[in-house]
Amino acid sequence: MALAVENGRRMFDYWLTVYKRTWKGTMITSFLLPMLYLAAMGIGLGSFVDSNGTGALGGVSYLQFIAPGLLASTALQIAVGEATYPVMSGLKWQKFYHSMIATPLRPADVVYGQLGFIAFRVLSSCAVFLVIIALFGGLDSPLGVLGLPVALLVGMAVASPIAAFATTLENDSGFAMVFRFGVVPAFLFSGAFFPVSQLPNWIEWLAYVSPLWHAVDLSRGLSLGTVNPWLALGNLVYLLTWFLVGTWLAVRGFTRRLIG
Amino acid sequence: MATIAARVLPVPVRLGGGRHLVERNFLLYRRSWVVFISGFFEPVFYLLSIGIGVAQLVGSFTLSDGTTIAYAAFVAPAMLASSAMNGAIFDSTYNIFFRMKYAKLYDSILATPLRPWDLATGEVTWALLRGAIYSAMFILVMLAMGLVSSWWALLALPAAVLIGFAFAGAGMALTTFMRSWQDFEFVQLAIMPMFLFSATFYPVETYPGAIRWLVEITPLYQGVVLERAFTTGTVDWFLLVHALYLAALGTFGMYVASRRLGKLLLK
Repeated sequence: MALAVENGRRMFDYWLTVYKRTWKGTMITSFLLPMLYLAAMGIGLGSFVDSNGTGALGGVSYLQFIAPGLLASTALQIAVGEATYPVMSGLKWQKFYHSMIATPLRPADVVYGQLGFIAFRVLSSCAVFLVIIALFGGLDSPLGVLGLPVALLVGMAVASPIAAFATTLENDSGFAMVFRFGVVPAFLFSGAFFPVSQLPNWIEWLAYVSPLWHAVDLSRGLSLGTVNPWLALGNLVYLLTWFLVGTWLAVRGFTRRLIG
Repeated sequence: MATIAARVLPVPVRLGGGRHLVERNFLLYRRSWVVFISGFFEPVFYLLSIGIGVAQLVGSFTLSDGTTIAYAAFVAPAMLASSAMNGAIFDSTYNIFFRMKYAKLYDSILATPLRPWDLATGEVTWALLRGAIYSAMFILVMLAMGLVSSWWALLALPAAVLIGFAFAGAGMALTTFMRSWQDFEFVQLAIMPMFLFSATFYPVETYPGAIRWLVEITPLYQGVVLERAFTTGTVDWFLLVHALYLAALGTFGMYVASRRLGKLLLK
């Protein structure tokens, strides 16, 4: 255990060094894009939603309704981004994972280090975004700050299985499918922009399967102070299960791909 | 006969060489048609999400001329215009950059009788063919959802192709100035605000003076106005100005692109 932590820490250090050189390029997708969504949907479209009455949203403004949803969606998008192309690059294009396991590091350490870096990316970007949300007036209650750990959890819940999926691919065309049929529909139909109860029944059930819905539900409940402890526990257990199973699959996939 | 004429005539007279590039791309995508087809789903997902979900929160909209339309019917033509823009930009930036810098495709093509102008026309034609297929499918979905209220909608497809032309030309011209993949962040930086703010989700009248003016000069706004006029049937002569703007942007882009390609690759 102590060895895994120590080795994972060394791997994380590698990722930080890389990030020091590349962080500028991540600014647009990490902050600017969600901020623009917040402005266009929350404020622009929000003025029309609010003038139509806020009954459907439980009495809060549209901006306050979508802010927790956008925070969770941003976490999901950053996590998926970091678990797709960089992993493929390490396995296939630049092969830096291969050099790593030529040292005393094991495939599991490589996975922990990679996931640790994704956690860092999600946490740091979402913390800044949360400050922006607060400045826009998107937080209804101070408990909304708890949306940050929820964002981290949903990020890890999707990053680990997708990293595992990446180890099964020979080229990046599988990622196009992940984005088109996973990330985009999750973003649009997980209750970030409107309550999923408005969807036709069968799509509503699909939304409940998506980890993003659980995160949106949880962080919105916290932010609006309407959280139900039992449902919240269910959300947490569901997200944790995705993360733990995903990590197990990722370790298996990395081991198979790197050692054979 | 045509082949013999093509081989005998001197090169500059042989116009229309771009079709060889279209054929080449067609052969390439025959092997990855799943990726090709799936490109159609993204705008439809947006339409369903906003048309079913957000529309219930907004209710209906009153247009500038006083007519009231459902929110879904207001957003759908903007989604059509945005997807025409996105498709054209993707084809003319990422794909072109890869072919130019990494696959060295254009170096090999320019070693044949094809000229830079053929590259520009060929790639743009390809982007337009691909975009036209997506747009046609999208218009059918709009029809099925009852979001089309006028026969003018027959012009929605040519308008989508025109939007594609404007962005394919502009995108290709900009790509010839890109130094590395990092520069594509600037493309995102231009595309995303246009997608969100070009009167796509709510009327342009929402904006105060100076911002409104800024929105109105973006090329996507021109496209949104065209598409919304055709699918809702609120057509007037001023639409010609919007169409001319898009045509001019595309032509100018293609001209710059072919000049730059010649300079970069035929030194």
